[in-house]
Amino acid sequence: MHPSSSDKPAAEKISFLLDGEIIEINDVDPTRTVLQYLREDLRRTGTKEGCAEGDCGACTVVVAELDHDGESVRVRAVNSCIQFLATLDGKELITVESLRGKDGSLHPVQKAMVDCHGSQCGFCTPGFVMSLLALYKNNASPTRLDVDDALAGNLCRCTGYRPIVDAALAMYDESSQRDASDDWLLGAKGTNTEKPLQEKISKLKSIRRTNNLAIKQAGRRLSSPRSVAELADLIQAKPDSTLLAGGTDVGLWVTKRHRELDEIIYLGNVAELRNISVSATHIEIGAAATLSDVMPVLVEHFPALQELFVRFASPPIRNAGTLGGNIANASPIGDSMPALLALDTVLVLREGQQQRELPLDEYYVGYQATALQPGEFLEKIRVPLPASSSGLQTYKVSKRFDQDISAICAAFCIGLDGDEIVTARVAYGGLAAIPKRAKQCEQMLLGKAFERATIDAAINVLDADFQPIDDMRASAEYRMQVCRNLLLRFYLESTGAETERVYGYNRA
Amino acid sequence: MKGSVGSSIPHDSAHLHVSGEASYTDDIAEPRDLLHLAIGMSERAHARIKSIDLQPVRSAVGVVDVILVDDIPGENNCGPVVHDDPIFAPNRVQYVGQSIFAVAAETVDAARKAARLAIVDYEDMDAVLDPLEAVEKKSFVLPSETLTRGDSRSALKVAQNRLQGRVHLGGQDQFYLEGQIAMALPRDDGDLFIFSSTQHPGELQTLVAAATGKQAKDVVVECRRMGGAFGGKESQPALIACIAALMTQRTGRACKLRLDRDDDMRLTGKRHDFIIDYDVGFDDDGNIGAVEFVFASRCGMSADLSGAINDRTMFHCDNAYYLPNLNVISHRCKTNTVSNTAFRGFGGPQGMFAIECVIDDVARCLGIDALDVRRRNFYGVGERDITPYGQKVEDNIIAELVEQLHASSDYLSRVAEIRSFNAQNEVLKRGIALTPIKFGISFTATHLNQAGALLHIYTDGTVHLNHGGTEMGQGLFTKVAQVVAEELQIDIDQIKITASDTSKVPNASATAASSGSDLNGKAAQAAARKIKGRLSRFAAEHFGVAEAEVVFKRNEVLVGDNAMPFKELVRLAWFARTSLSATGFYKTPKIHYDRETFSGRPFYYYTYGAAVAEVVIDTLTGENRLLRVDILHDCGQSLNPAIDKGQIEGGFIQGAGWLTTEELWWNERGELKTHAPSTYKIPTSSDVPIDFRVDILESAANREETVFRSKAVGEPPLMLALSVYHALKDAVASTASDGQAVLLQAPATPESVLNAVRALQCTDTTDHA
Ligand SMILES: Cc1cc2nc3c(=O)[nH]c(=O)nc-3n(C[C@H](O)[C@H](O)[C@H](O)COP(=O)(O)OP(=O)(O)OC[C@H]3O[C@@H](n4cnc5c(N)ncnc54)[C@H](O)[C@@H]3O)c2cc1C
Ligand code: FES
Ligand code: FES
Repeated sequence: MHPSSSDKPAAEKISFLLDGEIIEINDVDPTRTVLQYLREDLRRTGTKEGCAEGDCGACTVVVAELDHDGESVRVRAVNSCIQFLATLDGKELITVESLRGKDGSLHPVQKAMVDCHGSQCGFCTPGFVMSLLALYKNNASPTRLDVDDALAGNLCRCTGYRPIVDAALAMYDESSQRDASDDWLLGAKGTNTEKPLQEKISKLKSIRRTNNLAIKQAGRRLSSPRSVAELADLIQAKPDSTLLAGGTDVGLWVTKRHRELDEIIYLGNVAELRNISVSATHIEIGAAATLSDVMPVLVEHFPALQELFVRFASPPIRNAGTLGGNIANASPIGDSMPALLALDTVLVLREGQQQRELPLDEYYVGYQATALQPGEFLEKIRVPLPASSSGLQTYKVSKRFDQDISAICAAFCIGLDGDEIVTARVAYGGLAAIPKRAKQCEQMLLGKAFERATIDAAINVLDADFQPIDDMRASAEYRMQVCRNLLLRFYLESTGAETERVYGYNRA
Repeated sequence: MKGSVGSSIPHDSAHLHVSGEASYTDDIAEPRDLLHLAIGMSERAHARIKSIDLQPVRSAVGVVDVILVDDIPGENNCGPVVHDDPIFAPNRVQYVGQSIFAVAAETVDAARKAARLAIVDYEDMDAVLDPLEAVEKKSFVLPSETLTRGDSRSALKVAQNRLQGRVHLGGQDQFYLEGQIAMALPRDDGDLFIFSSTQHPGELQTLVAAATGKQAKDVVVECRRMGGAFGGKESQPALIACIAALMTQRTGRACKLRLDRDDDMRLTGKRHDFIIDYDVGFDDDGNIGAVEFVFASRCGMSADLSGAINDRTMFHCDNAYYLPNLNVISHRCKTNTVSNTAFRGFGGPQGMFAIECVIDDVARCLGIDALDVRRRNFYGVGERDITPYGQKVEDNIIAELVEQLHASSDYLSRVAEIRSFNAQNEVLKRGIALTPIKFGISFTATHLNQAGALLHIYTDGTVHLNHGGTEMGQGLFTKVAQVVAEELQIDIDQIKITASDTSKVPNASATAASSGSDLNGKAAQAAARKIKGRLSRFAAEHFGVAEAEVVFKRNEVLVGDNAMPFKELVRLAWFARTSLSATGFYKTPKIHYDRETFSGRPFYYYTYGAAVAEVVIDTLTGENRLLRVDILHDCGQSLNPAIDKGQIEGGFIQGAGWLTTEELWWNERGELKTHAPSTYKIPTSSDVPIDFRVDILESAANREETVFRSKAVGEPPLMLALSVYHALKDAVASTASDGQAVLLQAPATPESVLNAVRALQCTDTTDHA
């Protein structure tokens, strides 16, 4: 065993804050969701269930926690329907019932929703209110696009959204008429005074855990180590455990497929696994860093990822979900992989003390099968720098722009020497059993001049690289057609012939 | 006075919605001993059940009871019109998802897990999975119907131009955010009390009574609010409530059945998808001489409301156009898929879609702007004003409305600008369309156009209001309360809005057909007027003035020269033993209709509107986006402009979803694969156009004497979204030379748009020369 937090015995109960109170629970069922806990155990029924799969936002709650530095508070919307209660340990849970003032008055977010006629049937409304609250605490003056993004995970079938967007823009005016000096929740971003903020921080510090967590209940176990070394030992000891990162895939195994997960190892409290560092040669991303944390760093170096990432799931999913989970889940339609393949990403895998590096390109070996060995886990993701990748472009094609799974996802990275193509990485998702590079197409490009004839020739061999299938997202024929057309679009954009896309058309 | 008619007050529950305090059926405090139910569903599209082994279900953790078809003491039916909708499949399943049995357990989780454990031995039978196959095999849930005017055959033959076509129009899931749910409670002497999320408590009461072998008097149904319905909770909640009631009857314990989203989408009906064939004859100016339509709609495995829905398709295939010669054949196809049902517009949208496609093709064939063809063919005023079913259009305002929108949306110069954009751009293309709507208001089944209300005034002057309508978010309860506030001249906060309840107002029609405030507003007004009349008579007598000198005004009553607070008069009246409770009743006047001949006046009046949509498409991927929308819509004299605007915007976006991103996809085994929001995509916030201009037509009092001259607004705005589909067609058309029809299947997903683009490029030789 390693000298670390495990010097102290592991805790068997979780503690978190709710409405200022510390809640301690001894016998949490490891796969009980936050939504079940709220609705069934507490009978706090303001939070609704619309789908139980993270896709409608009716269940949205806000989680506040200490930031990495331990001196500030981060506030994030998450989907309570697929979030396991045990993952709230050490955090604060805020639900729609938490919002009314002590005098019963509505919170500025709520008031704006009433004034703008933002609810009709009202069933989606608590979820919208909570997503808006997260926006209110994180963005002092959102644009329309910020609002659309903040609401991407909330469906409303009644209103047509316009009044809700209005409310999002109006809520700051409502707030200016309130005194937020005493109430942390009342203050929009930048308006909180020190006092409530410091109180919040010290309250969160008071429940911060330094030891491990090990819960047993209903025949199920959940362990939450705090260091990579301990994690590695645990996984090695129990190679059949389910690794739980953000749970945005794993959660659905429980709520939709009714799978029993007997042995869970939670990665979310392993601080090292959430690190992101940038050196001269690469960006190194801890496997459990959330998508929300990873994306801005990647976008800073590869601006072409911006559109892809805004369209990746929704803020609540990105706040919980991790890049490591996206890669490890090995879905053929995972959105990060084509881009990471095009960027020549390398994975750091670990078993016990043993680390090995494996190009992402060699990680996927078959439908939802990876090169990961029993006892091994994904520790880090390395994206090479410098951005020799001025030539990077990515594309996501789906029925709906926001919060949809790709029918086709593509990434192209072409390096030129003068006019000659010297590196070519072409990767697609949605066209095969795994996210995959188009090797024959790449061969066709290499060493040729970057011109239309070369592209046409490369397009022609794509059929040899992929044989997609028909499903509810698209037909095989459409997938192949778009596979070819995206390479053409990439060429047209690279040469400046095309400058706009439908997605962002007239929206800036 | 607060909340008078015409004021834009917020929804009565808005403050509860935003604080999570509005309670929906699943939020009602659960009784001790509550059992949770789950349904065991068919895995086959059409099969004989050879045997079912329920032992694994019964012995699963937490299971208390299991019931199937033989355990039903009454009738095994939850079908509203034809009794062909079994609660539990008897010995043959007819679609994937059909309910076979139900399990009761101590927790939701236990019930759902157990429901998957049954071992069913099926013997597969031939399944009919699409409407065309059904037409071929003459597989229908109801007989085909025909509507004829003039002689379309001959007119087609002599027409200067003639076009034929076929278009596929997809269905749509209601996707109410609150799934189907009911909770049944045992009452004395075997009676049942049902909480249900339903648009039709009265029918549910009847069906629950029949299934449990009871009578209507033994069953009470209550619904305070639904988390959305859109037609999906008109007939569909009956199955859920019947199962909960049956299990309560058997176990003596309260039972709740709440469907998981995936089960809800597999198990309950949707908007009918259609295959539409048309044949149109027209002259060189675009005047339509004759049209023939053959509609084949997917009704699914049972009749449900498909008769009336498909009738409405026939009634609306003229939209706003005078069609001198018309022949419509409507097939109601029986398929081995879920039984389709009501959804906002109730068949009307599909009929209007059909004629708009015809108009668009005519225009493209002639190379003129589709709007010109539309205008040419509008119903006239005082001439060309008889519909194919013989109703005279007496309130036609479509031409003026369209002119007003044409000007305010700057249509002409935008068309020119778009044409020049398209000439300069290879890959991105833009398109624009202006489409009108005319929608008939009333249930086509005349007897349903009735409503009741119940009003009490308490001695402190506050009011208890109840009526047969249900609240699904449309703001009905708010509007009816506004009517009562106006009528009694008191602040709306003096009025308590109460849950729909079969024991307060009996035999109510479904809250459907956009008729909610027309019918219930009038019924509540009648009740208020009754009590007001009694109060006036009392005041006149008591103070010795003429009745005409008693005037209700802003929380006061003027009696001759004196004024007193409303509540003071109420107290005095009570003291003098005046009845302060009344029922109100209303039936829509003037309407009549003979279903045998498809003629009469099925609609009390029409509502009108028009929309201009502008889109952009990517001709390499088919991706598309709505850029700008201008809407002008007729609400008569609006009871509440904010609520009406909400209906217009919400309906429009819902319609846009139907025609673009929302695709229902079945595999070859008849399994619906788009059965959750992960695969079935309704619009999100970023699909709403940045430039979204919605106006309510001003000075547009209903010409008929409706409640405060308002007009129904629930369904019609959905059809404004036809403009989106036609704008997409316009964008597609710009990829080829003029004169070519665009074949765009709905929904216009990226794939469908790309297919349309490619089809044009294949047929278009000039472009590639
Ligand atoms: C509503 C919704 C929308 C979504 N939209 C998108 C989308 O647009 N694009 C997209 O690509 N995905 C999408 N997803 C899928 C999902 O959010 C992503 O795949 C996410 O990145 C998964 O990360 P996670 O941390 O939640 O993984 P988890 O659910 O915690 O884990 C996923 C899998 O990875 C394994 N795993 C996790 N971490 C490790 C590790 N370090 N080593 C080894 N194995 C590990 C787990 O055991 C599990 O098998 C969506 C999901 C939902 C619910
Ligand atoms: S219930 Fe739909 S996202 Fe959670
Ligand atoms: S108000 Fe009904 S779903 Fe949003």
